[in-house]
Amino acid sequence: MQQERLRRAMMFMPGNNPAMLQNAGIYGADTVIFDLEDAVAISEKDAARHLVASAIRRLKYPCEVAVRINHIQTPYGLEDLKAVLPAQPDLIRLPKAENARDIRDVDEIIAAAEKAHGFAPGSIKMMAAIETAKGLLQAYDIATASPRMVALAIGGEDFVADLKTTRSKEGTELFAARSHLLLAARAAGINAIDTVFSNVNDEETFIAETKLIKQMGFDGKSVINPRQVRLVQEIFTPTEKEIRQAERIIAAYKDALEHNSGVIALDGKMIDTPIVIRAERVLAYAAAVRR
Amino acid sequence: MINAVGRLIPDAIKGIAPVRPYAGPFAAVPAGRTAGPKLRANNPGSDKLMKSIDQAIEAAGLRDGMTISFHHHFRNGDFVLNQVVEAIARRKITGLTLAPSSLNDINDAILPHIEAGVITAIETSGARGKLGKLLTSGKLAKPAVIRSHGGRARAIEAGELKIDVAFIGAPCCDHYGNINGIEGRSACGSMGYAMVDAAFADKVVAITDNLVPYPATPISIPQTQVDFVVILDSIGDPAGIASGALRISRNPRELLIAEYAAGIIEHSGYFRNGYSLQLGSGGASLAAARFIKEKMLARGITGSFGLGGITAPMVEMLEQGLFQTVFDVQDFDVSSIQSLKNNPRHVEVSASYYANPHNGGPAVNNLDVVILSATEVDVDFNVNVITDSNGVIMGASGGHSDTAAGARLAIVVAPLLRGRLPMVIDRVHTIVTPGETVDVVVTERGLAVNPRRTDLIGNLKGSGLPVMSIEELRQIAYDLAGRPAEIRVSDEVVAVVEYRDGTIIDVVRKPL
Amino acid sequence: MTKLLRTAQAGTVESTDILITVAPAEDGTGVRIELSTPTLAQYGEHIKSLIAKTLSSYGIEDAVVNANDKGALDYTIEARVTTAVARATR
Repeated sequence: MQQERLRRAMMFMPGNNPAMLQNAGIYGADTVIFDLEDAVAISEKDAARHLVASAIRRLKYPCEVAVRINHIQTPYGLEDLKAVLPAQPDLIRLPKAENARDIRDVDEIIAAAEKAHGFAPGSIKMMAAIETAKGLLQAYDIATASPRMVALAIGGEDFVADLKTTRSKEGTELFAARSHLLLAARAAGINAIDTVFSNVNDEETFIAETKLIKQMGFDGKSVINPRQVRLVQEIFTPTEKEIRQAERIIAAYKDALEHNSGVIALDGKMIDTPIVIRAERVLAYAAAVRR
Repeated sequence: MINAVGRLIPDAIKGIAPVRPYAGPFAAVPAGRTAGPKLRANNPGSDKLMKSIDQAIEAAGLRDGMTISFHHHFRNGDFVLNQVVEAIARRKITGLTLAPSSLNDINDAILPHIEAGVITAIETSGARGKLGKLLTSGKLAKPAVIRSHGGRARAIEAGELKIDVAFIGAPCCDHYGNINGIEGRSACGSMGYAMVDAAFADKVVAITDNLVPYPATPISIPQTQVDFVVILDSIGDPAGIASGALRISRNPRELLIAEYAAGIIEHSGYFRNGYSLQLGSGGASLAAARFIKEKMLARGITGSFGLGGITAPMVEMLEQGLFQTVFDVQDFDVSSIQSLKNNPRHVEVSASYYANPHNGGPAVNNLDVVILSATEVDVDFNVNVITDSNGVIMGASGGHSDTAAGARLAIVVAPLLRGRLPMVIDRVHTIVTPGETVDVVVTERGLAVNPRRTDLIGNLKGSGLPVMSIEELRQIAYDLAGRPAEIRVSDEVVAVVEYRDGTIIDVVRKPL
Repeated sequence: MTKLLRTAQAGTVESTDILITVAPAEDGTGVRIELSTPTLAQYGEHIKSLIAKTLSSYGIEDAVVNANDKGALDYTIEARVTTAVARATR
């Protein structure tokens, strides 16, 4: 089984800030997202894309490196891709995805760049953020529009505005969106990533929200501050008890395979495929934490 | 000659005799007896009150070529040193050695008097700004002598630093010279550094803006050591003496370093009931307090004592019962001054009790863990806290080498890069603390354990902390910034850095 | 060979950034760089040569450059020069 890449904490970093770009890798985020969109003033779009491309080319990051480009229908999106693709980022994040067509357009541009620069075909992945009701209703098509797609994310602030409501501590307004996005991502076999939580000083609500989305089935959360990375990862870290149980399940499973026994049981309970997959997932998280 | 940390020390240095090269942290064995002040008598009915600093200078018999001392508890709010030096200049006394426990930016005001020859030699812990530049300029008659807090106390008690007249800023004082630092508008808290000066100087002048009815209690410096008392309108600026409520760093890089430092303590083997701790006053060191506190609460650990320069985070831990006692040689903020005043478990100690290596045993000997800042660290774990990237004096030795030598676990925290400058390098420009006494170097990109500490390396295995070799840390810095060109210096020695035992660990040469 | 058409700036004077100003110069006058940096002793020559090299990679042979460095790493210096050139040749 191919080792699944963990994307528990995907941390945004403003694309035109050298101090933040060069330290982006030190906080243990699974993915850093260099932002060319909302965090960059219109007059500095060119500077930011040059800086981000240069950072990816010259600095070593111990994690997945993503770039959030401007929407491909804006005057900046294409320029962003032109500047950053030659540096070979791991992942391109598209904002405000509303249809499969946009995904396919970006896919083609990436494919051309991979060919032009001699990168392995398909090596640059994509993910898309759903930020409107229209986009949400296309979520599955978006998720399956390109084999490069590895994740769907929800952009909560914009989405909530589109719904004509506001964000609450409980997140009632995002319930339908989160559920639908998760279903689409799971059906497509890709990651589901939750929205940012912008009040970095309200740790309590942040923790509650992260626990909620983990229980819903999300793979991770977009974060905007290094302090949030640790909180997300603590919540996504399996307990010692969970790890031990998972190890026993995998051992029993391997033992059964070796002995060709049809039914696998542990402590009197039948172990079937979903349980084995879940145990593997627990161990993958545990391994990532130890790393 | 080459000393034990590989530094070339000239055989003869102007004004420094004998030149004793550093031979190892505990190599020097003291001999002889402690020095002491001249015997004197004050008969009943005698009056110590002076009308002015000028009169006190006259009465103390200050003459050309003598040594005067001050304490730096008033930090950047100090009015005493500047006023006394001005008065001395007015009296046309010249060729003095200035020996304050440290110098602050506010003391830049004395520069004209140094230029004019009132002061021709300086022995202190360090200096910043214009005074630091002056010390590096070679304009003094002999090289500046840089001593640690413990080393200064030792030099005074050994008679190597002979103080003729000590001027002591006294926040609370009576007419016969009993002094404490916890009352009055210029309250500074502990009088720890001044205690040694008072006990060993030939003449002691107390300078106060808060004369109280006899007796001033509690007594930090007793009347038996004080010859004269001068009253001024103001001896300091409260805002410069003590910081207000301290904000714990929100800088994520500093917090990360702090978290690593706390993690090291947790897994070091020293984190158990009764352990002792000293925090530096740097951002990362203070931020570490928060994480250490969390871990102490989580594990139900209480410590025996906190030590050193005291700040609010340590006071909070004292008040929460996480430490039984605080030993206090200096206070940095209002809450620690209040704590010293109100909490019987918060104990004032002298610089000698704190860190002097040549007495019956200073408090640093009982220290388990210290977290220290650094300007530069090299691959031999040597630490520079005194010269900047251009070789100019801009820091102070402080208690750095004392606590590193005493503590079982000396943790040095520093960002791996400051701006573009790597902080872990091949060779520090000036050694203040020898690598032999430094156990771990912590940066935001990883931490390195001194290879001498195989026990610690073992304890940190499986801790999840990013442990690597010091050479790897240096390489990460050089990969990011490039190898810095070395600072070019002349042969002229402008300052000697004494190790705490009085040997010379390094010299500062004038930058070209 | 590329010609600068106007004076242009990129970067900021924030810590770890560099503010690069490029201006056209007479043909044959070469690249002149005025650099202010807190790390002149350690990296001054390196920074100047990196700026010159980056300009030359874009075919710029004549330019007056003012670089106000606040401790930028190479990747930032290259990016700021790139942006300044792009703005000056647009």
